[in-house]
Amino acid sequence: MLKLLIITIDSMLISNIILIKFLGICAYIGVSKKQETAAGMGFAVIFVMVMATIISYLLKIYILNPLKLEYLQTIVFIFVIAALVQIVEITMKKIAPALFDALGIYLPLITTNCTILGVALLNIQKNYNFIETLIFSLSTGIGYFIAIYLFAGIREKLDWADVPQPFKGSAIGIITAGLMSLAFFGFSGLVKM
Amino acid sequence: MSNILKKILNGIWTSNPVLILLLGFCPTLAVSTTLNNAIGMAFAATFVLVSSNIVISTIRNFVPNKMRIPVFIIVIATFVILVDLVMYGYFPKLHKSLGVFIPLIVVNCIVFGRAEAYASKNKVFDSFLDGLGMGLGFLLIISVLAAIREIIGNGTLWGIKLFGDSYTPAIVAILPPGAFLTVGLMIGGMNFINIKNNEKARIKQKLEKEKVKI
Repeated sequence: MLKLLIITIDSMLISNIILIKFLGICAYIGVSKKQETAAGMGFAVIFVMVMATIISYLLKIYILNPLKLEYLQTIVFIFVIAALVQIVEITMKKIAPALFDALGIYLPLITTNCTILGVALLNIQKNYNFIETLIFSLSTGIGYFIAIYLFAGIREKLDWADVPQPFKGSAIGIITAGLMSLAFFGFSGLVKM
Repeated sequence: MSNILKKILNGIWTSNPVLILLLGFCPTLAVSTTLNNAIGMAFAATFVLVSSNIVISTIRNFVPNKMRIPVFIIVIATFVILVDLVMYGYFPKLHKSLGVFIPLIVVNCIVFGRAEAYASKNKVFDSFLDGLGMGLGFLLIISVLAAIREIIGNGTLWGIKLFGDSYTPAIVAILPPGAFLTVGLMIGGMNFINIKNNEKARIKQKLEKEKVKI
């Protein structure tokens, strides 16, 4: 039980997937101009991440390992993710067309978003069991959501700030992310690993 | 000849994948803690970029448009697995410190972006040059970034101590926040240079126009 709690806090805050582990920066900078789209992207990532990590975990344990095909894991995982993203896209188009339009290009881009594949691979590397896999992927997704939602909030305010010409747009965004990362670094004292 | 150089320079400066196109941030930020890691990563990525560009541009006429993305992924993933295994066999230390970022070259936006935007529409040799230029652009940025971070954060370059014992390294540069701050400043600097250059070009044009009038 304690281990699960540690995994949750660790993957959500201490080694936050974006700010500390540097996965999925492209979409992080790209979709975070408005809080609404950031929240949508966050939810999409949580959903795809949990599904993809669990499916790739099962595939790895029950198919790739017995057949000694471990070297194919990268290719297999990326196909699982691509298929899942298609499903999410179709579902979202039906259920929430406004959100679908707002997310635009970034929804198919989840396929090539390193967070999803990264978490699936890290999960295998860390040798988690099924429950731990579930907790790990879910809390990493929530960590992604926290980071992108807070960042979008700051960026909305940044529009009103008087930023020097060369730093307008992405440059100031990345520096802001740096300051957030500094803040998240403060969490590292929470759990002694 | 100048055409070839121009295509390579396009990747290195005019549309630099990292600073201008803003692609491939994840490995750039994560791996640039030491110059050694950064160069290893850049060579791996350049190899994948060049070879997948060549293959994709060779098969571009046989692949149906609707099937192109899965095909691209297979081609790219094949080369990535190749790099992964070779690195694991010959450079185990480097492989360990790059960790998950080697398999993640599969989803590196630079590789995928160039396959989609360039190699699927252009001739083999041009795609080769484009891949080479983009790879070198990536190499340049990631090495500069890593050098800055290593010097400030550790007081060393390529593992060699640069300063005397009295220098206390600012560890923040090696830590994650330092990567963001340094890249942000680099993008700002690049924009600054480009804005200045544009202004100069405009003034020059104006002067030439006035000359013609006289």
